[in-house]
Amino acid sequence: MDESVGKVNKFDVLGNMNLRTKTLLAIGLSAFILILVVVISFFIDPKSITTNWTMMNQPPSLEHIFGTDWLGRDMFIRTLKGLGLSVQIGFFASILSSIIAVALAFLSSFNKHLDSFVSWLIDVFLSIPHILLIILISIALGGGAFGVLIGVAFTHWTSLARVLRAEIKRIKTSEFVTISEKLGQSKFWIARKQILPLVITQVIVGTILIFPHAIMHEASVTFLGFGLSPHEPAIGIILSESMKYLATGNWWLALFPGLALLILVLLFDIAGENIKKMLDPASAND
Amino acid sequence: MSDLINVSNISISFTQYVQGLNQRELKVITDLTLDINEGEIVAVLGSSGSGKSLLAHAILGILPHNANLSGNMVYKGDVLTEELKKELRGKEIALIPQSVNFLDPLMKVSDQVIGECADEAEEKEKRAKQRAIFEKYGLSEEVDDMYPFQLSGGMARRVLVSTALLSNPKLVIADEPTPGLDEKSVEETLNHLRQMAADNVGVLLITHDIDAALKVANRIAIFYSGYVIEVANASDFSGEGENLLHPYTKSLYKALPHNGFELTKGHQPLHGEIPVGCPYYERCPHKLENCDKERPFLFPIDENKRVRCFKYEG
Amino acid sequence: MELTGRNISFKYSSGSRQILKDVDITIDNKKILGLFGDSGSGKSSLCKILAGHIKRYEGEVKLDGNEIPKSGFNPVQLIYQHPEKVMNPKWKMHEVLEESWDVPDSLLEDFGIQKSWLNRWPAELSGGELQRFSVLRSLNPNTKFLIADEMTTMLDAITQVQIFESVLKIVKERNMGLLVVSHDRDLMDIICDEVIYLDDINHVDI
Repeated sequence: MDESVGKVNKFDVLGNMNLRTKTLLAIGLSAFILILVVVISFFIDPKSITTNWTMMNQPPSLEHIFGTDWLGRDMFIRTLKGLGLSVQIGFFASILSSIIAVALAFLSSFNKHLDSFVSWLIDVFLSIPHILLIILISIALGGGAFGVLIGVAFTHWTSLARVLRAEIKRIKTSEFVTISEKLGQSKFWIARKQILPLVITQVIVGTILIFPHAIMHEASVTFLGFGLSPHEPAIGIILSESMKYLATGNWWLALFPGLALLILVLLFDIAGENIKKMLDPASAND
Repeated sequence: MSDLINVSNISISFTQYVQGLNQRELKVITDLTLDINEGEIVAVLGSSGSGKSLLAHAILGILPHNANLSGNMVYKGDVLTEELKKELRGKEIALIPQSVNFLDPLMKVSDQVIGECADEAEEKEKRAKQRAIFEKYGLSEEVDDMYPFQLSGGMARRVLVSTALLSNPKLVIADEPTPGLDEKSVEETLNHLRQMAADNVGVLLITHDIDAALKVANRIAIFYSGYVIEVANASDFSGEGENLLHPYTKSLYKALPHNGFELTKGHQPLHGEIPVGCPYYERCPHKLENCDKERPFLFPIDENKRVRCFKYEG
Repeated sequence: MELTGRNISFKYSSGSRQILKDVDITIDNKKILGLFGDSGSGKSSLCKILAGHIKRYEGEVKLDGNEIPKSGFNPVQLIYQHPEKVMNPKWKMHEVLEESWDVPDSLLEDFGIQKSWLNRWPAELSGGELQRFSVLRSLNPNTKFLIADEMTTMLDAITQVQIFESVLKIVKERNMGLLVVSHDRDLMDIICDEVIYLDDINHVDI
């Protein structure tokens, strides 16, 4: 494979970097920031977010780069702690979501009745607005982190399940699957050995791309007051509390945490899209 | 007969992203030289998946953008630049695609054969011409209003041929027009090509079907691992194959069912494993000293014939 | 050993064109049978029915008078025209073979397969090389009948000879049955002991 040595693409914006380097860099950088946020938030001592009446309502400064709130708490630290919590909830919710999606997609490939059941289930979940469903499930489970997590997980599997169902259907009609059957392989064997390797990329990328949605929805439900309880340092709580103070000119209370949430969500999106390129080189040839 | 198109030393390669986005350069066609005269049918013969279709794409200027093209193409004395290709394609240079799937299923046949027209006068003129060509290929007036799914296989192929001919092309490229067809349909398709050549159109037939190539082509270029290893007259494929020059061409000829079904061992080198020297070195029965170190050029033998083999150098 | 199809009729769906009607065909392991026909005449459908790749059809297919089980290993194996469609693109070539059986080195050599190809992906090999794998995979020791549907149509003449020579050798050694389906009359005259024309046994009204 001597002729296959990488050739530098001259039209790159980032100078001499080829797509591989750029992609790896994008994945590495976004993963690093995300992990950093989680680790830091983990080590933040709740005591450092205590009330400090001498520092009330400070606008952003070098000492408090995100400013302080009406109780004198540092907004930067609160935001970090909140983001950490968001990522954790997003992580478990998206993994749970894709487990549901994969299980249902494979179930639908088993026979016709199961297939109609699964597509009915997808339609039902898609026909109810996400936010409403999350609130319902979350309240039914008693609210709190667990309620939100389950609520988000049970509403975000639909699109991945639909994609996987179609993909599995296509693969099942392929000639190599028919040949496998006639070589005496069982349905389970075919699902594991023939189908799974062909959909695993979509599962991984799908899971990562559920992440930003999960985080956003968790924040919105919390913002609306149906999610995490007010004493938890969640982004949704921070944003909803800040609403009361926006009118008095404390713009930094909402701007920086909101912006931080947006960047976090974008980072997941970048990571997901780049991992997709990495695993599915054909899409990168364009 | 005069030169219509001259292709010299064309190489086409791809920059590809493979597993994990490693880049690699994949050479598909190397150092290809070919010329086609007016009224002549030249076949490029290579196994399926060997990338020979890319030659058609290169001439038409429709290579995907991760392809790298080098070499020279001269069309009627003018260098064939990308701009000129764009100007000529669909007009002086036309393509007959591989399959009927290239027809738009939701459009009446006559409408898509005509294509876009600037004004009514042009449309009228084109319609008249389309009718005339359809007539020539035995497509009655009711076919004009049919949709592709209503056509039989043979009719659809005639529609494809008519589409290519509407613009009075000087050069027609037929890309694998025969696979999957039975003998009767193959014969019909080949007759269309013959008819074009009789109308002084140059035809480039890209195919893996040696029988089809032998039936219609004046000359045949044999493709091996991305190299044209021989350009021979179709008439050389006769008798014991004694007029064929390259050992591969000879083996290919003798492997045909009606020429002995003779076994030759070995296989074409894989992509990316093409040796420094002659691509046929491993299988060659009369290797010379420098064959594995140096790659032979496509030596001209006479006006028509060429061979890539040191045995015929000088 | 005899593979028989009796009164086989087939169309894709209830409304569509009848493709096969009352076809009777018998293949035995004493002679190599050729099936010849125009494109679209139903050759491929008949092959798929005989090998159990199509489940819904009328009529019956029997091996030595017995029904062929719908699940489990099928002693009638089919080789398709397009080898690139019959391999999972995420499998390496050795996995493709291992799915069926442990192919001895001597056979790999007979089929002109280089050991280094075993660690390649299907996309890295050409049609000719892939077809060698496809054929070897179908030659499981329990295979009794082989159906070659335009097995070499997409390949060059030299590869065609190589593949047929290897297949014929093993078919004789193992005393297997072979049905060769092709539109190339010259090829069948060389390979087959008897050639039948599908239109002669297919009673579709045109």
